[in-house]
Amino acid sequence: MSEFEDIAKAKENWENNVVKKSLEKFPERKKEFKTFSNINIKRLYTPADVKIDYLNEIGFPGMYPFTRGVQPTMYRGRLWTMRQYAGFGTAEDTNKRYHYLLKAGQTGLSVAFDLPTQIGYDSDHPMAEGEVGKCGVAIDSIKDMEILFDGIPLDKVTTSMTINSTCAIILAMYIAVAEKQGVPQKELKGTVQNDILKEYIARGTYIFPPEPSMRLVRDIILYCKDNLPQWNSISISGYHIREAGSTAMQEVAFTLANAVTYVQKMVESGADVDDFAGRLSFFFNSHNNFLEEIAKFRAARRLWAKIMKGRFNAKKPSSMMLRFHTQTAGCTLTAQQPDNNIIRVTMQALAAVLGGTQSLHTNSRDEAIALPTEDSAQIALRTQQIIGYESGVTDFIDPLAGSYVVESLTNEIEKGAVEYIKKIEDMGGVLKAIEQGYIQKEIADASYEYQRSIENKDYIVVGVNQFTKEEEPPKNILKVDIEKEVFQKNKLKKVKEERDNNLVLSKLNELKKVATTNENIMPAIIEAVKATATLGEISDALREVFGEFKEV
Amino acid sequence: MKKIRVLVAKPGLDGHDRGAKVVARALRDAGFEVIYTGIRQTPEQIVNTAIQEDVDFIGLSCLSGAHNTLFPKVVELLNERNASDIKVFGGGVIPKEDADYLKSKGILEIFGPGTPTDAVIEFIKNNS
Repeated sequence: MSEFEDIAKAKENWENNVVKKSLEKFPERKKEFKTFSNINIKRLYTPADVKIDYLNEIGFPGMYPFTRGVQPTMYRGRLWTMRQYAGFGTAEDTNKRYHYLLKAGQTGLSVAFDLPTQIGYDSDHPMAEGEVGKCGVAIDSIKDMEILFDGIPLDKVTTSMTINSTCAIILAMYIAVAEKQGVPQKELKGTVQNDILKEYIARGTYIFPPEPSMRLVRDIILYCKDNLPQWNSISISGYHIREAGSTAMQEVAFTLANAVTYVQKMVESGADVDDFAGRLSFFFNSHNNFLEEIAKFRAARRLWAKIMKGRFNAKKPSSMMLRFHTQTAGCTLTAQQPDNNIIRVTMQALAAVLGGTQSLHTNSRDEAIALPTEDSAQIALRTQQIIGYESGVTDFIDPLAGSYVVESLTNEIEKGAVEYIKKIEDMGGVLKAIEQGYIQKEIADASYEYQRSIENKDYIVVGVNQFTKEEEPPKNILKVDIEKEVFQKNKLKKVKEERDNNLVLSKLNELKKVATTNENIMPAIIEAVKATATLGEISDALREVFGEFKEV
Repeated sequence: MKKIRVLVAKPGLDGHDRGAKVVARALRDAGFEVIYTGIRQTPEQIVNTAIQEDVDFIGLSCLSGAHNTLFPKVVELLNERNASDIKVFGGGVIPKEDADYLKSKGILEIFGPGTPTDAVIEFIKNNS
């Protein structure tokens, strides 16, 4: 009899003789235990419940299938990049916050843009009314971008930018500002999100229809491959899919399905997979179910390695590595008793670290109500520093490997994600699945179920559906007043008065011409940006050629 | 008796539609007739739809911080179009002092994060 059989038999004995008696006196809290992803949680996990194939399925850090992490020594070498997503008001305001965060020990920048910037409207556009500088910084032209990075040497920091449908324009501005600082493109390090598929699925900042949008994604990846070799040209994001209400398993499935779509697009356009795959990066959410989240990161890493090797025949290890940024789950923050959010964020951040993240954003306690104040932003950063320097977990590589529970959940999430991806492919791929509303509906169903579970108290949210108390509304919250919009509009007006309008016009015309061909669009956008064409003008030129997408 | 009709709408550029969709579904399950506009609607579009669809309530959802500009505009346009019998409520990431301001501008109620959907259902029943 094998060891596993012995253990399984002994477990049965334990169930029948020990557990049964105990249950008569002390029944369990719930009839059935499940994770958010609807995975059944067994009463106990033993070696017989997860027959570990160590060499093939777990292996070693820095080696295929990267279950234990992408770097050979993980945080024993260097901690993750502490990268707080920030941006509000004008470039002037946000530049001040960046200097504050860098002084507090943050190790990378992450730019939040306001919605008009993300959707291709200048601050003076009627659609921008009320939105300027509200949930991020307003950028209209290269002048704003210069102010945003004033006093920040772009050869020293790494910058991540959450920008998708106007990604090519913002990246062009960044390149142009770096050039003015004397920093060549090849030295730039950072990330652009550039993940349009999840915008149609979950986040909503699309402009153009899918086909030209995918072309822009491709052009950016190819341009970076040739000119910004240290730049992550896409950050394929499950974060927003999760925030929209998906489960952990769906987050992995839909994100990797999107990633497959991008790789396919690149390969179809003639690129060698090993020439670009090393610059693909990922972005995940870290939610409340601690062990399931850790397993999720490990499952995503392993599944991606298998897909890249098995399906796309990648040869370089770096092409198979899923490197990712994590943000703690904004949707778990409560407006009630907001200081409790510090504890939620701590656990979510710890899950991300135990899951092997490459960089991390920790949310601030006040974000269910407003943008974070300086004080709150500092606590959020300190949370990462305490995990990194005090908790001791960083001295161990993938410390939860071999846990029967974590390995079992890792397997379950991988298996479930594989099934989802297959289903999407049977429908004709991600674009078809989006068109039919399949992915959106799966997420909406999960989100509704989650809400129901809170309302009928199957799931307890401390301070919301239990342990509530009367409280005063919080004071000292950050507000972006309407004067910022006026200031921004005046600045834009001045920029338009001082530039060479004929030059702008000719650059925009050239851009439109390139847009109608299959040529890479980046050089023409860089030219337009340098001539001080605004983000709205460049977006309008592309709207003329590409058209606009309307929600199904 | 005629069923209560509710328009759930997303004004402005905000794409966070999780809350709007959850509320729309909960109201539907509660027996109301619900129309959801989808994202990126101007106040004008929302008011047009509300009048065309002959709704009794408009529920506005905004998480981008633009609520102080967009919500009052919907109420103003309803007044201009002689449709002030349509009642407006809202929700999103909205601080208390903004909620007070919005109520002074004719938005009947503001539901913050963590509100159970039953509270919205009760509100509609009590105001019909």
